[in-house]
Amino acid sequence: MKRTRARTLAAAVIALNLFTTHVLAQSGGELRFCLRMEPKTFDPLKVEDEASAAIRYLTGGTLVRINRQTQELEPELALAWKVSKDGRQINFRLRSGVVFSDGTPFSAADVAYTVQQLMDPGLHSPTGDAFRSGTGGVETKVISPTQISIIFPAPVAELDRLFDQVAILSQHSPKRELAVLGPFMLADYKPGASVLLKRNPNYWKTDERGRKLPYLDSIQMDIQPNRDVEMLRFKRGELDLINSLDSEYFDKLESTSPQVAHDAGPSLDSEQLWFNEVAKAPIPDYKKAWFRSADFRRAISEAINREDLSRIVYHGHAQPAAGPFSPSNKFWFNGKLKPLAYDSDAALKALQGAGFRLENGTLKDKAGNAVVFSIITNAGSKPRERMAVLIQDDLQKIGIHVNVVTLDFPSLIERMTQSFDYEAIILGLTNVDLDPNGEMNVWLSSAENHQWNPQQKTPETTWEAEIDRLMRTQASAIDPRKRKEAFDRVQEIVVEEEPFIFLINKNSLSAVSTRVHGAVPVILSPQTFWNAERLTVSQ
Amino acid sequence: MNLWQKAACAFLLVVVCAAAAANWLAPTGYAKQDREAISAEPSRAHWLGTDELGRDRFARVLYGTRISLFLAPAAALLSTLMAALIGGLSGYLGGIWAKGAMAVTDLFMSLPWLFLLITARALMPLNVSPLFSVVVTFLLLGLLGWSAAARVLCTAAGSLRSSDFVRQARASGVRGARLFWIHVLPNLKPVLFAQFWISIPVFILTEANLGVLGLGVSEPMPSWGSLLRELEGLVSIGEEPWKFASLVLLVLVVMSFQLLLARQEEIAF
Repeated sequence: MKRTRARTLAAAVIALNLFTTHVLAQSGGELRFCLRMEPKTFDPLKVEDEASAAIRYLTGGTLVRINRQTQELEPELALAWKVSKDGRQINFRLRSGVVFSDGTPFSAADVAYTVQQLMDPGLHSPTGDAFRSGTGGVETKVISPTQISIIFPAPVAELDRLFDQVAILSQHSPKRELAVLGPFMLADYKPGASVLLKRNPNYWKTDERGRKLPYLDSIQMDIQPNRDVEMLRFKRGELDLINSLDSEYFDKLESTSPQVAHDAGPSLDSEQLWFNEVAKAPIPDYKKAWFRSADFRRAISEAINREDLSRIVYHGHAQPAAGPFSPSNKFWFNGKLKPLAYDSDAALKALQGAGFRLENGTLKDKAGNAVVFSIITNAGSKPRERMAVLIQDDLQKIGIHVNVVTLDFPSLIERMTQSFDYEAIILGLTNVDLDPNGEMNVWLSSAENHQWNPQQKTPETTWEAEIDRLMRTQASAIDPRKRKEAFDRVQEIVVEEEPFIFLINKNSLSAVSTRVHGAVPVILSPQTFWNAERLTVSQ
Repeated sequence: MNLWQKAACAFLLVVVCAAAAANWLAPTGYAKQDREAISAEPSRAHWLGTDELGRDRFARVLYGTRISLFLAPAAALLSTLMAALIGGLSGYLGGIWAKGAMAVTDLFMSLPWLFLLITARALMPLNVSPLFSVVVTFLLLGLLGWSAAARVLCTAAGSLRSSDFVRQARASGVRGARLFWIHVLPNLKPVLFAQFWISIPVFILTEANLGVLGLGVSEPMPSWGSLLRELEGLVSIGEEPWKFASLVLLVLVVMSFQLLLARQEEIAF
């Protein structure tokens, strides 16, 4: 009898111990990670940098939220919403009983105030710019404390999804933007050193068991631009997360602690090569003729071994790019597109068909000019420098001599955007937006970021005119199928004409300490802490 | 010359000979990519393994040594000649000339050279061969690195100007350029040599600094600076010790130059 009692007691102690550990793990704890730059603002409407966006994500309450894992839109402060057929109006039905972190009640008036602030031309809100599809003001109609109607002067594509970026401000709180509706609130900021967020005690959300979210007590974000230091601190256990890892660091981490290294697959980001097609560029005319020839660009593209770029430069943590959008962008990627297979013989034949000839191992054009050009990229970016050297070697096989030049970033940008004194560039495109509207500033021929030949008064080629037309069509269409149809064609034209030779899509690599529970790294930003309200950290 | 100086001299001789014979010692060349053997460990085929692009590290170290070790003395020679011309001549002329030269020297020494070199590199034409880029890089180092040596030479020439033998030469009717070439310059020789030897490791390290910033010699050509970039992000020394070959060589070569420099200083002063 005594023995049974002792066993029961021991079992009870173990159970209590397990329960305590579980409870400790499920409530409380501090999550620690690094911001790679100083946040420029804490005003959610003025956010344009990555660090400020991370803080907005953790502190801001939004009406709707794109689930970073499923890429589907989900309700948050809005219980339901409806976009009108003409795409100009959106009606929200809001949650009741929600209060800001300082106790100020939330209502439709706050949404109206936020939208008016957001669309104020004097504020120059980058988030607001995404809503600007026509001239004129935005009308907000507060129907009741939980109902609001917002009317825009012109149709806005994917109107509801744009509200994922709009953190609602309080109209009446004396704390202004520091009164928040998100899971965390700003507690301390030491410029140049750290940002501390504490749990918002008034956060409205609960988990499936009815427990209040978030689980974490606080989030400590240290400002640390040096990635080596960030990695060392992670290894020492001083940090819990690294949001975006280089493939080299990732492999080192995976070899020693595979359980903390996460490869979420191809990200939305791409790396590409392009030639200078600007008519007034200070480069010889015969080179301009090569660069403006689609046959030449396609042949170069075919002569680049993308598989090797992925395998050697990114250690397999990248995929050969098929076109302007990554296959990870589930809805917008054109599934018909496949990465161009490496075939140097076919590339050489194509060049010979276009009038080039191979003489003593050197490719020459019709006029006898040897095909020699330079590729510039930014100094300090090892992956880009290595890609340039591999491409240099690939093109040497078809008689093309490439000079690789690394420049400091300001000099490179000056050449790329002001003097146009370059021949080819390797750089990357970071996509934070799933929607192609976010790339209007790249694909329209009049756009500043139409890098191969920016700010054209009228499209200089028929295919650029066609891209302009299709991009405008998709931007003004409301039916998602019509938009998809138009953007699919844009992707096809880009692949046919190769103004950008897309090289690879990098994988989204991250590190999550084993102390963190509930983390599911994804490709969309913020990759590791998109579900911060449900994360827990073991003590 | 003591034992250490003799050892340094012998070591430099071996390194120079190995660098000169790179074509025979490493016939695969520095640019050949073996894409199936990237970041390989040392083996019979690759004595120091391969780099991240599958290029033989031993070949790259040899060719990099050739570039850094042959062009750094060339740049040092150029800067020493400029220093002799500007510092030596102004010191010999004295007065306003010496003050003017020292003001220019002070100005040069106060400039942020690394940023100026980065700017100069950015202004260079893009479509140049790697060999041209390396020559231009060292040429810039030579053209910009004369100021410290000029200061020393100005002072040395100034003290010679008032020496007995120069006075005697003047009294004998020797004047101007003849006096400078025949009596002053030969006596500046030990100082010139010392400045030449000092400049070599300085230029090697400056090129290495530029290389670490990714702004030195163009790919695929190696230099010690570009080879040192392999060490970025290396967590422990024991991880891949063969990657340290270029760093060890750089340190040993600079140390050897310093030992020889001590000998030159003994001769000079």
